[in-house]
Amino acid sequence: MGLVSLPARAELQVNVTQGVTDPIPIAIVPFARAVPADGGMDIAAVVQRDLESSGRFRAMQRRDMLSTPTRPADVQAADWKAAGNDYVLVGRVTAPSASELDIECDLVNTLTGQRVGGKRFVANSSSLRNAAHMVSDFVYEAILGVRGAFATRIAYIAVQGQAPSQHFQLIVADSDGESPKVILESAQPIMSPAWSPDDQWLAYVSFENRLSGIYIQRVRTGERRLVSQRAGVNQAPAFSPDGTRLALTLSGSGGNLDIWLLDLATQQLTRLTDDPAVDTEPSWSPDGKSIYFTSDRAGGPQIYKLDIANPRRVQRVSFGSGYVARPRVSPDGSKIAFVTREGGNYRIAVQDLASGTVSVLSRGSLDESPSFAPNGATIIYAGRDGAIGTLQSVSVDGLVSQRLTSSQGELREPAWEPFQH
Amino acid sequence: MHKNVLVWVVVLGTALFAGCSHKPKPTPASTAGSTIPTDQSQTSGADASGAYGAAVANGSGEGVAGPMAGQLKNRTIYFDFDSSEIRPDYNALITAHAHYLASNASIRVRIEGNTDERGSREYNIGLGERRAQALRRALLLQGVAESQITTVSYGEERPAVTGHTEDAWSRNRRDELVYLN
Repeated sequence: MGLVSLPARAELQVNVTQGVTDPIPIAIVPFARAVPADGGMDIAAVVQRDLESSGRFRAMQRRDMLSTPTRPADVQAADWKAAGNDYVLVGRVTAPSASELDIECDLVNTLTGQRVGGKRFVANSSSLRNAAHMVSDFVYEAILGVRGAFATRIAYIAVQGQAPSQHFQLIVADSDGESPKVILESAQPIMSPAWSPDDQWLAYVSFENRLSGIYIQRVRTGERRLVSQRAGVNQAPAFSPDGTRLALTLSGSGGNLDIWLLDLATQQLTRLTDDPAVDTEPSWSPDGKSIYFTSDRAGGPQIYKLDIANPRRVQRVSFGSGYVARPRVSPDGSKIAFVTREGGNYRIAVQDLASGTVSVLSRGSLDESPSFAPNGATIIYAGRDGAIGTLQSVSVDGLVSQRLTSSQGELREPAWEPFQH
Repeated sequence: MHKNVLVWVVVLGTALFAGCSHKPKPTPASTAGSTIPTDQSQTSGADASGAYGAAVANGSGEGVAGPMAGQLKNRTIYFDFDSSEIRPDYNALITAHAHYLASNASIRVRIEGNTDERGSREYNIGLGERRAQALRRALLLQGVAESQITTVSYGEERPAVTGHTEDAWSRNRRDELVYLN
């Protein structure tokens, strides 16, 4: 069983396919370096790529910078304003000891000349890139008022080869596609990756024994447990917000898919739905009190909601086209994203739960598997680029779309890591 | 901008529809898609950096088993779009397998239900399971014992052929009967 190492360079590349019409101009000045302790990491370049990939910022070209201050006191705000920037980011990397790196940054508003704020992060050489994403998160929140999600990761499935002999990988990468790590490989399908709320575990479905089985795997160590391999279907795991239970789909040998709860400590199973229809794709509300799921009890698939304290109380939530499936609840609980059919095309839509308003956000023909970024601002999903499956994302307001191109084969089922509080 | 999107949708929708009505459906005689997988199911987790964990999974190799006489060689039945109803032209094939299994009580089979790639992956697991159950019930009705049959739904995850046309889709909407001994 050989170890597999992916090349260290980026395997995913972010391309902004549509941005806002009026992005915020910002100058991200190269940081003062700690040579050689920083290993050559260009923090400002990572931050620039993050912010530009969001579609909300336009960064000044380095060659146009007339000076390269690294401290806020040295920023001549009027000059940067004259060059068309609303903000200037400066920063320093220092190495107080052989194993420790300090990253400090300051954001200056060029209109007022005032320092908007600053941050300091402590890192080592292997966590320096993550610290750069945290700088991006700081800038994003300081300017837009929304927490950034650059320092989070995504899990997804990559598939190589042609049917019927394909090769499946479960991969975890930074949100910008860097540092991809294969955490499971199989000649049989792998499906439905789902993060635990503490981001230590991934649940997924693997068919490695020619049966469907639900596993949970500790991302850092690879330690894993088979938590359900009952007769028939074992599918669609979703961790409860407190991490103690999994919602999952079981069919038994009779083939009737229903949603159940599995207590991870006691292994106790509790049935939630009992309907001859297909009930599947559970997604928890953030308060842990209800579950949204797909059911075709009324004919075509639609989204329903059940109350965990009283699971017989089921309420239909979607009333759209003849096909609405795979709900994911937004982190604040105010919206659901799902797959809907428009004409012959499967697309990603978002529904505001209070008003019922539905907005179709994607434009592909076979878009599926939506997953909210932890800040709720963006939805990542699987789409197609010609014949190949790719990961794409769209902002919840529909203004910014991105495509992540890859050399890893066909990409599916992205799952965005939750925030760690 | 929006106008363009609408036009594009309509054009694509028409193309898909046109594709649906003209392509011939696979029949029991054309079993091009009925390959029997013989892969070694090796699963491993791996990592070079040490920051992420390696998971090691069990694997079980599987050879080609089962009767090879006459139509018992045919082990794939195909379904119409969004349907788990067994088409009447498969009745003779299913009866042949049912008789063979009913008279060989130690033989076990796995029914693998599959869908085409359209729609949500996890919901498609449900549709594939319905197809597997349709064949399971047909075999049980003709005297096969419950203990001889297991089912698995692969949904859209194990297509017989790669492709995004009605022809490929029709070859992927299928049950495969796999003899285990």
